[in-house]
Amino acid sequence: MVAETSALKTTPSIGDYLRNNIREYGLLVALVVIMLFFQIVTGGVLFRPVNITNLILQNSFIVIMALGMLLIIVAGHIDLSVGSIVALTGGLSAIMLVKWGVHYSIVVPLCLILGGVIGAAQGYWIAYQKIPAFIVTLAGMLVFRGVTYVVLQNRPIGPFPKEFQVLSTGFVPDLLGFLTPISFSTPWLQFQQPVMDGTSWALHWPDPQFIIVQWTITNLFALVAVLIAVAFMVYNGLRNRAVNDRHNTENEPFAFFVGQMAIISLVSIFLGFQLSTYRGFPNVLVVMAVLIGLYTFITTRSTIGRRIYAMGGNVKAAKLSGINTERLTFYTFVNMGVLAALAGMIIAARLNSATPKAGVGFELDVIAACFIGGASASGGVGKITGAVIGAFIMGVMNNGMSIMGLGIDYQQLVKGLVLLAAVFFDVYNKNKG
Amino acid sequence: MDNIILEMRGITKTFPGVKALDNVNLKVREGEIHALVGENGAGKSTLMKVLSGVYPAGTYDGEIHYDREVRHFSTISDSEHLGIIIIHQELALVPLLSIAENIFLGNEIATNGVIDWKQTFARTQGLLDKVGLREAPSVRITDIGVGKQQLVEIAKALSKKVRLLILDEPTASLNETDSDALLKLLMEFRKQGMTSIIISHKLNEIKKVADKITILRDGGTVETLDCHNEDISEDRIIKGMVGRDMEDRYPPREPKVGETLLEVKNWNVFHQQHRDRQFLHDINFTVRAGEVVGIAGLMGAGRTETAMSIFGRSWGHKITGEVRMHGKSVDVSTIPRAIDAGLAYVTEDRKQLGLVLNNNIMHNTTLSNLNAVASSGVIDDYKERKVATDYRSKLRIRSHSIYQEAVNLSGGNQQKVVLSKWLFTNPEVLILDEPTRGIDVGAKYEIYSIINQLAAEGKGILMISSEMPELLGTCDRIYVMNEGRIVAELSRKEASQESIMRAIMRSGEKH
Repeated sequence: MVAETSALKTTPSIGDYLRNNIREYGLLVALVVIMLFFQIVTGGVLFRPVNITNLILQNSFIVIMALGMLLIIVAGHIDLSVGSIVALTGGLSAIMLVKWGVHYSIVVPLCLILGGVIGAAQGYWIAYQKIPAFIVTLAGMLVFRGVTYVVLQNRPIGPFPKEFQVLSTGFVPDLLGFLTPISFSTPWLQFQQPVMDGTSWALHWPDPQFIIVQWTITNLFALVAVLIAVAFMVYNGLRNRAVNDRHNTENEPFAFFVGQMAIISLVSIFLGFQLSTYRGFPNVLVVMAVLIGLYTFITTRSTIGRRIYAMGGNVKAAKLSGINTERLTFYTFVNMGVLAALAGMIIAARLNSATPKAGVGFELDVIAACFIGGASASGGVGKITGAVIGAFIMGVMNNGMSIMGLGIDYQQLVKGLVLLAAVFFDVYNKNKG
Repeated sequence: MDNIILEMRGITKTFPGVKALDNVNLKVREGEIHALVGENGAGKSTLMKVLSGVYPAGTYDGEIHYDREVRHFSTISDSEHLGIIIIHQELALVPLLSIAENIFLGNEIATNGVIDWKQTFARTQGLLDKVGLREAPSVRITDIGVGKQQLVEIAKALSKKVRLLILDEPTASLNETDSDALLKLLMEFRKQGMTSIIISHKLNEIKKVADKITILRDGGTVETLDCHNEDISEDRIIKGMVGRDMEDRYPPREPKVGETLLEVKNWNVFHQQHRDRQFLHDINFTVRAGEVVGIAGLMGAGRTETAMSIFGRSWGHKITGEVRMHGKSVDVSTIPRAIDAGLAYVTEDRKQLGLVLNNNIMHNTTLSNLNAVASSGVIDDYKERKVATDYRSKLRIRSHSIYQEAVNLSGGNQQKVVLSKWLFTNPEVLILDEPTRGIDVGAKYEIYSIINQLAAEGKGILMISSEMPELLGTCDRIYVMNEGRIVAELSRKEASQESIMRAIMRSGEKH
């Protein structure tokens, strides 16, 4: 009998594999295509070191909140209040730091706890009183925005002490600074920004040119760190494949593995190199990377993560399997509150002032990032990597369109269409398969 | 051959892995009340779904002749246009709309989309008079009882110019007065020349009203009895329903019964929704080590509710009574505590309540006992894989790997995954609720073998089933439940389909 069951084990063909995993590869390819597209139409501005740094600073808080939001969406809920929590925690940090002169080493943890308390206050109604999350967090969105106006008395507060600003605008110092600067020259394909003819509305694309560019690495640590990270990622991937082979477990086809690794490695090394010619890693990039790693671990390896997926997939079955679904729901909202508070402080520090209007509409960007990243609105499905890539797809589009000089109106329009297209792609695949 | 309104010939309907109907024939004369009887799963509802077009023409084999013509219904509205109206067991009324709105739902009296309320109410009143329901047309469905709701359904059928009325278990949830009223109404309709098919378990009622009785068993027609030519006793009907050989369908077992494991005493439970209605009354039972104990009863007898209320109070309200394991009182007030006490509950509805369908076999297997494959909250991939692989080969789950999603498995294999999940919690007593519902004969045999194996290992098994042969084939002792009470306890020797049916019928008549 055992022999019979193992005889049924078949290795899926590459075509099958692609069909089953088209979403994940598609997302990665989409991000790369979007990046290349904007690199070309912005005449190479997108990947300038300064702009890459900006991109990271502008999107870090969306990514950080998307981590918590993904858990909430996977659990089968939604949180509309994160934008308001951002404003409230940013505002409270400003009052403590600027008005009361409290040291940042107290303010930062205190605000994180406060975010957790806000999350708990909402989680209570959702988990234990069974009020739909949409309603509770819609109420929260209004309430916390109102509270922010009250505590800030309708005025922005700033500027922040230098040490607090570093949280957001600082860079990791070059630990290998004794080796820099290093200069060398390479040929480079230079794109020109297209020029629009004012009368005929026709775009003129100047031909890209080969030029010799001189590069100067001013922060070697950034480049080395990226290289180490990439090496580690490749090693880990190969080791996982070996383990899977040993346990007779399905592996992705080797060609896909190589392709995926090559894309991720090249993009990472290129970005790392660009950053190394500027000021190195922004502090928030490190915070973000650590959190992405942590939440990937939680969702894929921890019992808590597993239970959240089970709960989102079938809450009744999860409950009958002995999972305390109420407590689990409660804590996903506490977690969201803490991450929103962190995002709130990062934004406040970046703008160097806390305003009651901070974070308006962020909840929608965060939720859109999760859905673009493949999370299912009915719960149980979604990946951290998807949400992160989703956030960056939105970030690159925002940034690229800004450089092109498109207004916020067009940006919204395009973002909306991309969200719809991404979800349609999911539904289409699901119905076909 | 005169006046045959409906003839179904050689109807065969297969679902993946199961033959639900096998060459079924049904002939209904115009103006008669035709009863359709059979055990749960005999194919009665499936046959009616074929007739009404829920399963469209082409998805089954055989012919439907209605009104002397071959018909191919591809939707419900096709059959409704010809006057075939089916009233399902679960009423299809919208609770928050009024009686009038419900009766004309989808069929509104309107011009250019504007509803003519005056005429709607007038016609509703006329229909309500016909069915003898004294309620205003504007009353909301939620404000009237189940018996009256049933009448609203019939009024709705009348509004569609019904010629053949099909009632699926119309009296299952009615009390005696309401049932009587309903049966009288059917007889009244018969006088007016209407034809009806009634599906029911209540044989005394069938005897009262039916002109003909067609008996189905295991998806095939057994016989059609004519109530006017011969005197049909209930025992005669029961014999037709159950008469079949039971050998070879159940693996043999030598029971080795040990000490008492589970003991439930004076268990009283109130209804989950209707909170002032007591649903379970003074339930007492025991399960011993190595013993397979059955609970027989009709749908709605309270079997599932008993199991779920014991398993972490996952059903019911105002629960009182005592649960003992090994003679010691245990706390089963939450599901984790019930699991700790050594209980496991395999639900009757594996898709809605048993499995996380979009998770794979491995994740479903370890879900209830995740901590056993994890340390400090981190899952050990290797251990988890090993557990899932072991259960997959032990229970012979047929899949291409442990990574196959539960949704893509057949019913029998899904059930084995649910069993794996609960076996991994290492329970002392397993409560199996309809463990073989909707799975094919081969997989059923495998499930029975697993049950025997578990009993041989000294576990106590409490098995709820609506298939009486299954209980008789596997159980050492059978409790019979009806209307929230245990009405009989039968040893293996005493138990037979007739004795179980009789216990149910007698207790039903007492109330």
